[in-house]
Parts: sequence; C-alpha cells; structure tokens
Amino acid sequence: MLYLYDGSLDVPKILKEWYEQEAKSNYGAYIPFVGTVRSEDGIDGLSFDIYEPILGSWFASWQQKAKEKGAVIKMAHSKGDVMLHESSYIAAVFSPKRRVALEFIDAFVEDFKASAPIWKYDLIDGKRVYALERSTAIAGSGILGVKK
Amino acid sequence: MIQVEFLGPIQKEPLEVNITNLNELAKLLQNDAELTQWLENSAVAVNDALVSSLEHPLKDGDKVSLLPPVCGG
Repeated sequence: MLYLYDGSLDVPKILKEWYEQEAKSNYGAYIPFVGTVRSEDGIDGLSFDIYEPILGSWFASWQQKAKEKGAVIKMAHSKGDVMLHESSYIAAVFSPKRRVALEFIDAFVEDFKASAPIWKYDLIDGKRVYALERSTAIAGSGILGVKK
Repeated sequence: MIQVEFLGPIQKEPLEVNITNLNELAKLLQNDAELTQWLENSAVAVNDALVSSLEHPLKDGDKVSLLPPVCGG
C-alpha cells in the first residue's frame, strides 16, 4: 500500500498501524526504513512535490515484485514541507523470512531514489530551492534534448 | 491537440500543441532557451507511461509530461 500525507509523517502511528495490519498474516520479518530530515547546509527543512499517477504505477510494479517473493511492501511519503528532525519517508517490507525482506528493502529504496517521481527542495529563509545536485535523472532522460 | 506539462521544479505553464510525434515536440521545445537544461535531464511520459524513443506516435488528446531529476525520501 502507498500512503501520501500532507506535511511530516507521524512515524510511531504509521509503524504501529502497519504492524497491526499484518499482525496475523504469518510474516516472520517486518523491516522498516525511516527517512528523517537532518540539519545540514543551513536548511530549515525540506519540501516535496509528487506526481501521483506515475508514482502509483511505479509502486504497483514493486508490489507485484514483492508478491512474487511472498512479501508485502508499504510506503508512506510526505507532500509539502517537512521541517528538521521530522520524517518524510517510510518504506517497509513484510516477508515470511528475514533474508527476502532485507534484500528487498535495499533494492526498493535504491530504485525509489532513482525512479520515483518526487522532487525535493531545500527550505532556506522561507524559499524553496530545488535540490538539483542531489537529484537523479530518471533512466532514459534527455531524449527531447538530442539535436537532429 | 497534445497537452504538454512540465512537472516539479520546471516553472512553466502547460502548453497545447498540434504535433504528431515526440520528434516534433523536441524541435519545438529546443527553441525555448529556458528549457535547454530541462530537455537534457528530463524523462518523458506519454499518458503517464515513460517512453524512451522520440518515434513514439502521438494522437489527439494525448498528454506529454516532462519529469526532471528526482529525489524522494
């Protein structure tokens, strides 16, 4: 399941809800990853734009991959502003055994960083500054820039 | 007409253009100096599915989206 929230995530509540959703599903492993905004480079926080149609189809493809391994994946992400020491991202995998979940969460988060249509901005003095240098071009980018 | 939308940090209003494939869109957008950097680093989706070729045909009512570099989390 994919959950989007305005502003920061209530991490304890979400982790508890997910735990309870799968409490009787006979999974042996629940491995969450929580992303929290750190203080660096003088930022006041981060802000996010999300393009939901493509995020939804990207996530559905990962749900299918998880299903093929007998696992379930859940993800929560913030829209808009998230201030220092608040959290903007949670991903979690449930699987019968730990090895699948550990490997899956690694592969999922890496592809999330490279492919999920989410744009990050630094919040500095009340302005949103696109974090271009920390961003990754989606595979296949640049075709419209090729001159013929 | 084809609707062209610019996502995330690309500060540009959507366009409506009369074209039949992405090659024509590339030529059109390359005339806009403000878009040069974004054309070189953005992915392209047609009707919310990513495409990898400029030969992709377009039909009336299609939506083309430009997706600049991403950074979730």
